[in-house]
Amino acid sequence: MRRLNNLFPFTKQGAHSARPVSPIPWRDALWVLPFFFFIFLLVFLPSASLLSGSFQDKRGNFTLQNYLDLFKPSILSAYWISIRISLASALGGGLLGFMMAYGITVGGLPRRLRTALLTFSGVASNFAGVPLAFAFMATLGRTGLITVLIQTLFGINLYERGFSIYSFWGLTFTYIYFQFPLMILIITPALDGLRREWREAAQILGASSWEYWRRVALPVLTPSILGAMILLFGNAFGAYATALSLTGGVINLVTTLIGAQIKGDVLQNLGLGYALAMGMVVVMAIMISIYYLLRRYSERWLKI
Amino acid sequence: MKRNLRLGLLWSWFWMILGWLYFLLPLLATFLFSLRAKKDTLSFLAYERVFKDPNFWKTFAFSLEIGLITILAGLVLIVPTAYWIRLRLPRLRMITEFVSMLPFVVPAIVLVFGLIRVFSGAPFYLTNTYMGTNALLVAAYIVLALPYLYRAIDTGLAAIDVRALTEAAQSLGAGWPVILLRIILPNLRVAMISAAFLTLATVMGEFTIASFLVGIKAFGPYMSLVGQNKTYESSSLAIISFVLTWAFMGFIQLFSRGRAEAAPPGAH
Repeated sequence: MRRLNNLFPFTKQGAHSARPVSPIPWRDALWVLPFFFFIFLLVFLPSASLLSGSFQDKRGNFTLQNYLDLFKPSILSAYWISIRISLASALGGGLLGFMMAYGITVGGLPRRLRTALLTFSGVASNFAGVPLAFAFMATLGRTGLITVLIQTLFGINLYERGFSIYSFWGLTFTYIYFQFPLMILIITPALDGLRREWREAAQILGASSWEYWRRVALPVLTPSILGAMILLFGNAFGAYATALSLTGGVINLVTTLIGAQIKGDVLQNLGLGYALAMGMVVVMAIMISIYYLLRRYSERWLKI
Repeated sequence: MKRNLRLGLLWSWFWMILGWLYFLLPLLATFLFSLRAKKDTLSFLAYERVFKDPNFWKTFAFSLEIGLITILAGLVLIVPTAYWIRLRLPRLRMITEFVSMLPFVVPAIVLVFGLIRVFSGAPFYLTNTYMGTNALLVAAYIVLALPYLYRAIDTGLAAIDVRALTEAAQSLGAGWPVILLRIILPNLRVAMISAAFLTLATVMGEFTIASFLVGIKAFGPYMSLVGQNKTYESSSLAIISFVLTWAFMGFIQLFSRGRAEAAPPGAH
């Protein structure tokens, strides 16, 4: 479980046995060279290549046109709906996951439920992409189980009411399937860290349950929750396989737009594709910066 | 106070039941749907058809092979690096930790776009040959699995006293190959197994990178293709894929005896 918590290097770790050595001896550095060379080739070179490509027109001359093209309404709306789905599924999945993790940690539910839930979460958070899309078509599709169930039980036809699996809500519900197990996996260790003494101390001092959560537990948990939210957001924002199987050309997400540019489907414009890709990286970078700011703010009181 | 406690428990159960319904209903729906391939009766016909399709086995074998090579190559790349950084270069840990998180910032679709741009042209021309394309696929998967691979190995190393083990081995006259292969690796067994199955779970059904590099040769794109043409078979594939993921995670639990819990997924 610690491994997960450390996935984002935000949680402070114990002191490492770092010896105060001045410059890194080159013979020691030689050992780790292959790894960094690999990263250079496979991550930095492609990123740099996309960056340079995004500033070039079809003949290879410098241009800003690709970035100006990002502000076309059709592309702006793709970013907007991608961001909205990512936010909605992160918040929805985050809430559900948090509440379930709460139940198995401080909520007092049976211990066996905890093991079952954590195992299932490990599976469900890895169950994504194409098969997940199939599963939700069978569930919330036009003849899906839930759709038919609601029709027969309540006489409500979801699809006549404007719902569709190929829509904002359809995608959000699908994404939540891999979001809330992830939330459970990340937040359970943090909830485990809440000490019983804190609650007792708060109660002795006359705090209600609500006051305890508002003024003790939530402030302590905020950094972990924020970190989890960023992970969930990125998880949904980069989703391509699920999106491609479910949008069916009805709505355009950033990832499906980029996919179309790579395949050269319609009006291929590689420069625009590169700019779209850079835009995604920028959105993620902005989200992570917001995270760091919020975290600094939320941890201010921790430094005594 | 007592009322409060009962209310709290009720609250916990409410969310727990909601969550389990969210888990199970889609699986139930998919399973029931996959049984309806034959009209007016429930049957495993869709599964039979899937298992009879030679392409199912071909793509499955291909992805499994790629997955195994990815695990092997990934471990060879990462174990010595993580070990050496813990032993001699602790100051680099911040950097490698940051680097291993990069796949979260650079989504798979962006990564594959960049890889194609760099490696399909001069001087590499990797995508022109069969071997080159597969090598590129494996390399891309190592990047994708990096967060789990690196974290799993690094946590495994943290649990053993690397320095003491190394110095003890050295004082007994062991060389570097012996230290790595016979001292460090056996101690990392659990960590490596977790990393391996997580990687396999990520790679087996991976769609984004596979579809642009190798197309329907891989299992993920194959499933997608089936989904476009055959309704019931796609549900049975979803169930098969779920069982597979379940098996991979189960193996991790089995080998680590509940110590390791699964890590988050890679690309969707």
